[in-house]
Amino acid sequence: MAVSRRGFMATAATAPVLMRASEALAQGVAPRRGGTLQMMLTPEPPVLQIGVNQQGPTLAAAPKMFQGLLTFSSTLEPMPLLARSWTISPDGKEYVFNLQQGVKWHDGQPFTAEDVVFSIMKFHMELAPRARAIFQLIETCEARDPHTVRIVLKQPFQPFLLMFDATAAAMVPKHLFDGRDYRTAPAVQRPVGTGPFKFTEWQRGNFIRLDRNEEYWKPGQPYLDTIIYRIIPDSQSRRLAVESGQVLLSQASDIEPFDIPALRQRQNLEVNTNGWEYFSPLSWIELNHRVKPLDDARVRRAMSMAIDRNFIVNRLWFGVGKPATNPVASTTRFHDSSARLAAFNVAEANRILDQAGYPRNAQGVRFTLKHMALPYGEIWTRLSEYLRQAMRNVGIAFDMESTDAGSWARRVGNWEYETTINFVYQFGDPTLGVERTYVSTNIQRVTFTNTGGYANPQVDALFQRARASAAAAERQAAFSEVQKLLVEEVPQIWLMELAFPTIHDRRVRNVITTGLGVHTSFDDVFIAG
Amino acid sequence: MELSRLPGFLLRRGVKAVAVVLAIVVCNFLLIHAAPGDPASVIAGQSGAADERFLAQLREQFGLDKPFHVQLWIYLKGVLTLDLGFSHRQQQPVWKLISERLPATLLLTGAAFAFAVTAGITLGTLAARRVGRWADSIITILALTFYATPLFWVGLMLVLFFSVWLEWLPSFGMASVGVELSGLEAVLDVGKHLILPAATLGLFYLAVYARLTRATMLEVADQDFVKTARAKGVPEGQVVRRHVLRNALLPVITFAGIQAGQLIGGSILVETVFAWPGIGRLAFDALLARDYAVLLGVFFCTSVMVVLFNLVTDLLYAVVDPRVEVEG
Repeated sequence: MAVSRRGFMATAATAPVLMRASEALAQGVAPRRGGTLQMMLTPEPPVLQIGVNQQGPTLAAAPKMFQGLLTFSSTLEPMPLLARSWTISPDGKEYVFNLQQGVKWHDGQPFTAEDVVFSIMKFHMELAPRARAIFQLIETCEARDPHTVRIVLKQPFQPFLLMFDATAAAMVPKHLFDGRDYRTAPAVQRPVGTGPFKFTEWQRGNFIRLDRNEEYWKPGQPYLDTIIYRIIPDSQSRRLAVESGQVLLSQASDIEPFDIPALRQRQNLEVNTNGWEYFSPLSWIELNHRVKPLDDARVRRAMSMAIDRNFIVNRLWFGVGKPATNPVASTTRFHDSSARLAAFNVAEANRILDQAGYPRNAQGVRFTLKHMALPYGEIWTRLSEYLRQAMRNVGIAFDMESTDAGSWARRVGNWEYETTINFVYQFGDPTLGVERTYVSTNIQRVTFTNTGGYANPQVDALFQRARASAAAAERQAAFSEVQKLLVEEVPQIWLMELAFPTIHDRRVRNVITTGLGVHTSFDDVFIAG
Repeated sequence: MELSRLPGFLLRRGVKAVAVVLAIVVCNFLLIHAAPGDPASVIAGQSGAADERFLAQLREQFGLDKPFHVQLWIYLKGVLTLDLGFSHRQQQPVWKLISERLPATLLLTGAAFAFAVTAGITLGTLAARRVGRWADSIITILALTFYATPLFWVGLMLVLFFSVWLEWLPSFGMASVGVELSGLEAVLDVGKHLILPAATLGLFYLAVYARLTRATMLEVADQDFVKTARAKGVPEGQVVRRHVLRNALLPVITFAGIQAGQLIGGSILVETVFAWPGIGRLAFDALLARDYAVLLGVFFCTSVMVVLFNLVTDLLYAVVDPRVEVEG
């Protein structure tokens, strides 16, 4: 179902999805009004205006205040939000969104189609690289009437709807941004959205407070009075805060994986790893193909075979996440489970390297590679230490380098590395989140492009075919073929489909109900008595 | 100290201080820009997607596209007019970010300072008077332990004991958030949050003061004027207070001056462990994010504090020991 193309009236097709979502909602417990939900936000974002800032913490907190036209189920089916219905023309070029009636911005102004046109064509086009790359395909975007938006694309683009989640293209108020410098407008400091919670206070380094929007357009919601994000920089202090009940919910990388087993033991806590389907982060050893012998596919294959991914998942991440099988995460559309990396086999890896002409020297080393650990927390250092051990088993020496986040981003962006660790969001569709790492047209001196420098005309052609096609079956064929090709080529050594645990007090209900998990509005979240 | 010499002294020291601070500003600027990575690449790295235009826009906005010497000149001009610049990352003026966080740090470090000085001197005096006996041994061992144990570990252990086991004190933050408290309740609430971080931060200095006081008191106690005082029949308590302690305080003041100079920046670890919203963490986060303006601003405030407290220390010497004269 996940890949079917929408027909004329997509509203009909979304009904079963809604049912499924409401089934996921707390069964049998009547929602309770009131209460304060204390959470954490790590690290503290610089600003909460989505678009101006697109970092993980912002994407988690901002959707409480800002909403997109759509949101997505755990199988990545679109669900109505600010758009109550939409239609797509048979040629896949014309999209018409019918907006919710009676929606108001937090400052009381009505939300209209003009805001939608502004948000898409000006705000995100100007600020957000990801949105810009997709919205450039728009030929016209117009407000037909105050509650109808019509978008015509230059060419069919099947993953288009995925760009309308709040984390990709949140709707922002035209009257507060138009004609101003978007980054310095006063609204950036005091966000104004349509969401169930209003921005109240931010004591930097301490907490962010959001309060109930009394004028919220969904009747009776939200249930919570207040959401408070505490800023707690030390991971052990965060764990203590969860254990002692001082915060009721932890998300993303608040809790280090090695603390999870202890928290699983606690009766009052629920550990949930769903809700990352839209992002589906995939981690890999990032190889710089300009460094010999990493340009040799046999070497990359052997390196991949030297890694025990089950060990990584079970011993380092304590069962949170899944071993990667190919470049497309299993939760992303068009994943082909028949395309699989060669299995863990140290003897075979050694044999391949012997045959490829990389003999061991007197110390048993075939060649040495520099390896830069990812500076995003203790767990990544542990991963790199494991990898050094695994590579030593096949005669490859990893020479470890340590950096901080700033140097890491700079060095990867400038191709000044040999190997490192990276993880990248897939955004639901390979065209949106996978293609960028492998096509030669995207070799740029910028992080999260094809920084490795892998180039293969066949791969380019297949991704292009999938991008240009409006037919899901044709796209699936192209994606299946490219996945099969890439597991042979191993341009990057995929390690793990990451999942981040959402750990919360059992009294907090409806936390994970969509494929966006904690990156949603929380309008239906409540604290049971 | 002759009061008539004071204005001249202050003027000479003031001129020197400005020169020193300016030199520090330039050094900081050079050092920070020598670190690899810039704010734009950090933001790109954290945003999950970027393109060339995005980076160029950010660099232009941050003023990083200008030649290096122009950036330095712009910053120096700003500092000379007491304008610390603008954090483009956080979209706020630097002085505002710093002034928001300064009270929290001053409260924490001030409390730790007061605790360390009073408890340290008292314990040191006690140990010196009971030298060689069990009270001395206990104090010396405790002081040595606090001196040698890493701060963050002490902090975590205190949290485990007082927050997790006994559930007496909160483990993080500066105040309860999300509850309405009236005046006195609010003060008590902050006080409760303050105990653990202030104790953690203060213990190290407490150890230093205790050891320093003990050592110098023992040294002074052997000197002739103390013997004379005893010989002429001055009561023991007065001998200790007026003759021994007062003369033994000079090195303690020197060290207190150094600690006071670090009041602003020296508490990053404790602020991190206890999620205390102070300036040390502001600096640390700014360093990781390459938020140059904020980092330079914090360094500037810190260096001004150090220079200022050195001056105060010099003046205090003269107050405690009239034989010391102030000289430029």
